Amino acid sequence: MRAWWSLSKAMFKGLLADKTALFFYFLFPLMFLVLFGLLLGSSTTSKVTIGVTGDGPLIRALPAKVVTTKHYDTFASAVDAVRKGDIPAAISERGDVVELRYSATDQVAAGTVQGIVQSVVGEANVQVSGRPPQFTVRAAQVEDESFQPIQYLTSGLLAWAIAMSAAFGAAMNLVIWRRNQVLRRLRMSPVSPAAVVGARIGVSLVVAIAQAAVFIGVAMTPAFGLQLRGSWWLALPLLVAGTLAFLAIGLLVGSFARTEEAASAAVNLIVLPMAFLSGVFFPIDGMPDWVQDVSWLMPMRHLSSGLLDVLVRDATIGSVLVPMGVLLGFAAVVTLIATRVFSWDT
Amino acid sequence: MSSAIEVAGLTKRYDDRTVVDAIDFSVGHGECFGILGPNGAGKTTTLEMIEGLRRPDGGSVSVLGSSPWPRDTTLLRRIGVQLQASAFIEHLSAIQQLHTVTDLYGVPTARAVEVLAQVGLADAADRDVDALSGGQRQRLSIACALVHHPEVLFLDEPSAGLDPVSRHNLWDVVRSVRSDDTTVVITTHHMDEAEQLCDRVAIMDRGEILAIDTPAELVRQLDAPTRLMLPPDAMSIDDARHIDGVESVEHDAGALTLVTRRAADSIQALAAVGSLDGLQVRSGTLEDVFITLTGRHLGDQAEETA
Repeated sequence: MRAWWSLSKAMFKGLLADKTALFFYFLFPLMFLVLFGLLLGSSTTSKVTIGVTGDGPLIRALPAKVVTTKHYDTFASAVDAVRKGDIPAAISERGDVVELRYSATDQVAAGTVQGIVQSVVGEANVQVSGRPPQFTVRAAQVEDESFQPIQYLTSGLLAWAIAMSAAFGAAMNLVIWRRNQVLRRLRMSPVSPAAVVGARIGVSLVVAIAQAAVFIGVAMTPAFGLQLRGSWWLALPLLVAGTLAFLAIGLLVGSFARTEEAASAAVNLIVLPMAFLSGVFFPIDGMPDWVQDVSWLMPMRHLSSGLLDVLVRDATIGSVLVPMGVLLGFAAVVTLIATRVFSWDT
Repeated sequence: MSSAIEVAGLTKRYDDRTVVDAIDFSVGHGECFGILGPNGAGKTTTLEMIEGLRRPDGGSVSVLGSSPWPRDTTLLRRIGVQLQASAFIEHLSAIQQLHTVTDLYGVPTARAVEVLAQVGLADAADRDVDALSGGQRQRLSIACALVHHPEVLFLDEPSAGLDPVSRHNLWDVVRSVRSDDTTVVITTHHMDEAEQLCDRVAIMDRGEILAIDTPAELVRQLDAPTRLMLPPDAMSIDDARHIDGVESVEHDAGALTLVTRRAADSIQALAAVGSLDGLQVRSGTLEDVFITLTGRHLGDQAEETA
């Protein structure tokens, strides 16, 4: 117990003195959160812009929720803007005819504009004819499973930050202590490996909880507007499982890496691609199906989606058990491999 | 238990090189035992096998009645190993290092201050380890090995990289440790260190132990002559040859050396002629023993065995 406490203090002191590490564990991922959070705001897609010349009943009937109108003095200048690619389409209302000019480059936007304008005109035709329409549309909103950007950004980037600090912390600690023979000093003392690993786990958990507090705190400020659900406290056991999983990766790298450079490169090689494949920087839903399938092989995907569930959806203990199980299982297997590969000395 | 350490047929091979070749020796309780040899002789590997850091390929080791391999925490409590000067946890002061060690061994925290004073570092207690000089770091290293009152202390080249003053300070520390009846094993390639500190010395070269005895006995068996060195202009070479007992004379820019096997007679003869000014007497040393046994100097690198 004394040995565990003493080593924990020493490791913690080393961390606090390592300004670079503190930057990469806290400030660096936070920068991504702030940057992406501000950029993406609260909407997922932006409205379509249509260039408009003059005014008229049809122009006024364009749905304001979906369309932004930009006024031009002459139709020629509006068409010019379309040609230049500033806007996807331009319309002008002349009596009963709506002149529509669209760009060939943005097919989706052009198609959207045509669809909107045609439906506005068609609706107007139906009303003017006086006859009741034959076909009707009944529209209703479904339960939306998609998320606000700040929600998946917070959970994704937090998962990435925890992964980085746990993996780097363990790997660098091991490599540095092996190189300067502190590991040998520990080996020649009666200390148990459990006390040494336990100290590392303790320090990494404290860091993970601090990271979570900072991230969620920043995300909850009015600028980003994250709102937590009642199940947010379930993030704690999830953090523990996630920290253990990535600490295991750090232990594995630290067990065979001989220099700090090698350890750093190896951890980056594992964590960074995993972050991209786990939907940390870009929403996973926008990626091809095979990427989404592969992502479930990554512990980081389980951690980030688990955090998303508990922070933003009302999650039960049951829904946390699966990601925790995967993370803890991963930690156990990787730790076992690490103990086989481990050496006290260079 | 008759000996503190028993080594029999101890062997270690790397690839097809035999670095330690079936060596035997024993170390008695309270003895200071030295392994003297050039770099590459296999001293460090031998020590590491006795400490339990390396697994022998052949033979046996017994420390305080137990085998040090595999790792045995009960035995580890009873031995102390001085590690090289960099084996300290970063960003801790000297006293904080020692407090960590007291926690690792489960000994009273007060031992840290005691042992710091024992090695003469009481003033540097709060200094960061990186701010200590080489000599201070070596002494801190020994302090770390003494915290838990070990029965056996292992020192591997303890004065490596130290200036002469620091070396002598370090020797004083080792002597103070011996007064506690601690068994000490030292490896070194400095003959004066072996002569000054050790009760018995094993001469090691190329993985083999060539001789084991007290320094005095090893030199006596050499039957080496005594060299009387005078200033180069003390007398003529001819006169020097005629001094009682002198077998040969050497002359160079630095000294006039009279080689004799009857040192007492020769010195008396010199005194009679009034030529004792600037006299230096050099008797056989362990370096001479080594040269006689191997044909090489202690300072040479041991050649790699095929």
